[in-house]
Amino acid sequence: MAELSLPVDERTVRELKVGDGVELTGRMITGRDAAHKWLLEDYREEVAPYLEGTVIYHCGPVVRQLDDGTYEFVAAGPTTSIREEPYQADVIEKYGLRGVIGKGGMGLQTLAGLEKSGALYLHAVGGAAQVLAQAVRKVERVFMLEEFGVPEALWVIDVVRFPVMVTMDARGGSLHTEVEKSSKAQFERLLATTA
Amino acid sequence: MATKEQFVDTFVELIRRASAELPPDVVAALEQGRDQEATESLARQALVTILDNVELAKAKSAPICQDTGTPVAWVSYPEGTSTRLLKQAMHEAVREATAKSYLRPNAVDTLTGRNTGDGSGRAIPFLHFEEWDEPRVEVRLILKGGGCENVGVQYKLPDSGLQAGRDLEGVRRVVLDAVVQAQGKGCAPGVLGVCIGGDRVSGFSESKCQLLRPLSDTHPVPELAAMEERLLKEANELGIGPMGFGGQTTVLGVKIGVLDRLPASYFVTISYMCWADRRAAVSLDEEGAATWLN
Repeated sequence: MAELSLPVDERTVRELKVGDGVELTGRMITGRDAAHKWLLEDYREEVAPYLEGTVIYHCGPVVRQLDDGTYEFVAAGPTTSIREEPYQADVIEKYGLRGVIGKGGMGLQTLAGLEKSGALYLHAVGGAAQVLAQAVRKVERVFMLEEFGVPEALWVIDVVRFPVMVTMDARGGSLHTEVEKSSKAQFERLLATTA
Repeated sequence: MATKEQFVDTFVELIRRASAELPPDVVAALEQGRDQEATESLARQALVTILDNVELAKAKSAPICQDTGTPVAWVSYPEGTSTRLLKQAMHEAVREATAKSYLRPNAVDTLTGRNTGDGSGRAIPFLHFEEWDEPRVEVRLILKGGGCENVGVQYKLPDSGLQAGRDLEGVRRVVLDAVVQAQGKGCAPGVLGVCIGGDRVSGFSESKCQLLRPLSDTHPVPELAAMEERLLKEANELGIGPMGFGGQTTVLGVKIGVLDRLPASYFVTISYMCWADRRAAVSLDEEGAATWLN
């Protein structure tokens, strides 16, 4: 498994390819439906430094507030990424993101955006909320908590050896396209046999 | 009769169990999947992570998945028990379980986009009530995640695109199509709850109810038992695999229910349950003492 420190440069990102396992260490930010829409409505200056060179994690965590006012991630697996398809390529380009973490993969618009901007789609294991929460060392700060609520807020987190797999790379490769194609071919074969 | 407080306390524990502890039959099916996938494959790595996660969640008494889903419960109650009281108790339990982080605040006002903050909302939790002859109250709960709910689907037969007619072969074709359409997006390997017949509401209700059956349960009707087995085998030949990474473990179980239908309609409804197939059940006797069920 390759180790990657965040923030990361474009060259390193362009060298990785579909099928590579990666462990991420450093600062990243969460963001899902409300956040993506909000990030494109305007240039969000206050959040921009937390996006540049790092990755956005499609995650709506369970969060506990401790007595001293700080936060702790209780459960933090990925959510379905395809809902951000209309926004993702633009968010990557506008804020200089180097990648996206989510589940289920994304479409052609995002794939083209990854190649253009030099970014990766990193697949975390869906539902593995405890394993992934354990990799979150610290919650640094949060944006839009009041407005969006816990799952939709943008949480800035510090992670250590956060496990993901490259399933879409910056060279036009997508594991999701491959699996979809082969499973559809197998489906046709099964339909041809009725007995 | 049990007091409201007893109901609330028991339901909070019911929710905790469902959220943090995966049923043993599901764990066994995931282990079997892991062992059959090639060493070093992404499929095997995903299943190893999933099983680590299941163990960790149980040990920490914390949610297996951060999407703690819609709590959907089937409640059987004796004559004379107030269903309004049971409903209030379940809503209260959901709020308490949310405050304890067994659940994520998961209810959003659809018009304003604001999270209700306490986990409870309109039709969340969702409850089915059925009066029965037993003196006890039995509650069977599932936590139905949003990602897998999004890949649930209802077909109207005949379907000319899939050449699916109004018979079991037609059912087979649309169920396999649903698995192909879902790819890894429902958090494969999933469990399929299927309903043949009914209308657009009762179809989904019954397909979800099928998810209460343990994976080892076989259908009493031989043709349907054979169809469940065949669909499980064929779905796993599609090569979608855990998370859609490719592999042999795409579906852990297929459970089919049947409802009557109108002459004009022939619906086949599929509810997809993610690998985090969270279910728990409890029985409360007349004094409110709880017995935990499988």
